[in-house]
Amino acid sequence: MKLTNKELPQHMAKNSSTATRRTRSRLVKSKGRRSPLATIALIVIGLVTTGGAYALFSSTASAETQSSSAAANQSSVDAGKKLFAANCATCHGLSAEGVNGVAPSLYGVGAAAVSFQVGTGRMPLANQGPQAEQKPVQFTDAQVTAMADYIASLSPGPGIPAKKYLGGNDDAAEGAELFRVNCAMCHNVAGAGGALTEGKFAPALSGVSAEHIYEAMVTGPQNMPVFNDKNITPAQKADIITYLKYLDKNPSPGGIDLGNLGPVAEGLFIWIFGLGAVVGVTIWIAAKAN
Amino acid sequence: MTVTASRPVEAEVEPISSGGKFTTAAANYIDERTSISGLVKELGRKIFPDHWSFMLGEVALYSFIVILLSGTFLTFFFQPSMAEVVYHGSYVPLKGITMSAAYSSTLNISFDIRGGLLFRQVHHWAALLFIAAIGLHMLRVFFTGAFRKPREINWFIGFVLFVLAMAEGFTGYSLPDDLLSGNGLRIIDGLIKGIPVVGTWISYLLFGGEFPGNKLVAEFYSIHILLLPAILVAALGVHLLLMVVNKHTQFAGPGRTNDNVVGVPILPVFAAKAGGFFFVIFGVIVLIASLFTINPIWTYGPYDPSPISAGTQPDWYIGFADGALRLVPPGWEFVLWGHTWSFNMISVIIVLVVFLGLVAFYPFIEGWVTGDKREHHITDRPRNAPTRTAIGAAGVTFYAVLWAAASSDLMATHFKITLEGVIHTLQALLILGPIIAYHVTKRVCLALMKKDREIALHGYESGRIVRLPGGEYIEVHEQLSDYERWRLVSYEDYTPLMIRPNRQGKITGAERFRSSLSRWFFEDRISPITKGEIEQGGHH
Repeated sequence: MKLTNKELPQHMAKNSSTATRRTRSRLVKSKGRRSPLATIALIVIGLVTTGGAYALFSSTASAETQSSSAAANQSSVDAGKKLFAANCATCHGLSAEGVNGVAPSLYGVGAAAVSFQVGTGRMPLANQGPQAEQKPVQFTDAQVTAMADYIASLSPGPGIPAKKYLGGNDDAAEGAELFRVNCAMCHNVAGAGGALTEGKFAPALSGVSAEHIYEAMVTGPQNMPVFNDKNITPAQKADIITYLKYLDKNPSPGGIDLGNLGPVAEGLFIWIFGLGAVVGVTIWIAAKAN
Repeated sequence: MTVTASRPVEAEVEPISSGGKFTTAAANYIDERTSISGLVKELGRKIFPDHWSFMLGEVALYSFIVILLSGTFLTFFFQPSMAEVVYHGSYVPLKGITMSAAYSSTLNISFDIRGGLLFRQVHHWAALLFIAAIGLHMLRVFFTGAFRKPREINWFIGFVLFVLAMAEGFTGYSLPDDLLSGNGLRIIDGLIKGIPVVGTWISYLLFGGEFPGNKLVAEFYSIHILLLPAILVAALGVHLLLMVVNKHTQFAGPGRTNDNVVGVPILPVFAAKAGGFFFVIFGVIVLIASLFTINPIWTYGPYDPSPISAGTQPDWYIGFADGALRLVPPGWEFVLWGHTWSFNMISVIIVLVVFLGLVAFYPFIEGWVTGDKREHHITDRPRNAPTRTAIGAAGVTFYAVLWAAASSDLMATHFKITLEGVIHTLQALLILGPIIAYHVTKRVCLALMKKDREIALHGYESGRIVRLPGGEYIEVHEQLSDYERWRLVSYEDYTPLMIRPNRQGKITGAERFRSSLSRWFFEDRISPITKGEIEQGGHH
């Protein structure tokens, strides 16, 4: 079995499609019918139109995650800035610019990354290790949102996913197929998690909230690759969430699932409990009556 | 009730009731036409020793019967075809997915056929128990030396049964055509393709072209339900026949000699017990199958060569082969004479074949080394054959390390250690573990023999301190009864073979090798207590 070690640090994982740049054309004063600057103006208008249209089209795919962050108000951003300075700036730098060799820059990681990392308790990091371990969440939802708004205000990035993708009532079969092709190689086909290199691992996915699953896909936390909206569309992400929620809600039809760990768990079980019980019976049968 | 085999059969005269009359008449009718009474007389008096460890083979036999019964049920509904169909059954996350008929029908067995899932789980759990029981049975036979003359051939047949059972398990595991088993088949395909010169052709022959092909399930189905079971049942018949012919072995004990068997005859008590035992085994399997999921193929999904799941492993009995592959260090393939030599695969094949070969032929090897041509019907206590027990412990350790390596990724995630650390530790253990296990086991065996010798000569320490009139303190030792002492002192004493010249007066190299092996076997030994020593010991 091969394990892939695709390291994609968060600062590299920004969604290129959201890096929209808008140039402003200056008004060109026209006195005569044809000014010598008209040609330049036409070129500028043409460039702005094409560029703007391109930016518009390419950002529609990721626009689904931007909606809520757009509503962020200034007070939330300010609150987030304070929380950031108190809890995150030690490693990420006072203005989230990152510290070389310690922590990545947070420009462009978006609200989604904050919501995932802080909302699942991975950040603030308890200690340096192969990868950030989950621990009890340290902040309230409002505080997490405030920090997410602050980071989103610094630079555009993937935002909090829209509610319509998180319902868990889409196409589970399609989601299962996508999960097997894209996720199972690290997370195991039943979402039970798996080992990566050098002590890193893909965590188990049971009980993870729909929002966090979505955010993980668009931000690529830890060693996870980014599945941007052109790679797996928001509707397909919703299908994957539906499948994982299906697994959460429906216990194994065959009985206790032994952690969904496959034949190793089954083998261990039959040797310890199956054979153990049977050997117990043989001893009982062969015992001499007193 | 225990009787000895040499006792003649006594005809019991009872007053015959009307029911008894019918039974007598029916028995007579059958006997006059089949002469079956001779067989019943022979078999009915077959003696089974009453030690629990002698029943492990039975566990394997009964699990096999459960496998046959449940497997027959499954054949009614399974479609051994790789034709593509679209699934429309009950399991929601697979609805509308294209898959093979084999996978689809297995899903139907699991979800849409009454009792189907239970039967599938009974079949699979029973298979795991079957091979586990065979393994334990083999360990019992090995460590008690019950494979010695005249039972070497039966050991070999038992080994063949073990390999057949593994082959049955592997073919059955592959039949549902799910993702997990497909990944497993791909590993086997890689292993086969690693064989120099013929590997690729064997793979093409097996899969009908490039993997995965479209004929494998049908092929494996015939092998799984027809060919292998037929060979297995035949070999099982010979195995049981030889067991009757050779009679059972027994542990040393009062009244137990090399010429008798002390235990319970089949009829009537043992047959009743064994019948009950079968149902207990059946019950245990059904209980496990009804409570615990096994091989949830619905979560694995249909086979498709592109996806692979983390934590893909084979069933436990193939685990040692998977583990061997995982432990091969990188860079063992090279190009020579225009061919790629995949020693990462070839070395695994060699190691597995040599290991299994040593297991298969061990009785013959030990027989040659010891030069012992006598029949042995009294089993050894493992401690009384220190070198053999140590070899066994080394073999078990070797197997266990390979086996553990198959779950290296799970050990890494569950014990929070690095995957590389697990692999490197196991690589070192694969070499060092057997050596350590060998020496530790041998010393422990010798120490236990010394303790037995001490106890047989001087009795147990009673913990009662007595002061003698002269002021001296002694601890009173409790002497063993003769029955207890017999257990401790009755074992064979071997000495290293002397090198003897053959008829031409020459000492051959083989003979030297043999004598050095013999020295290795028997150099360190504790002699059994002689009669004289016991008599002396009694005066303490």
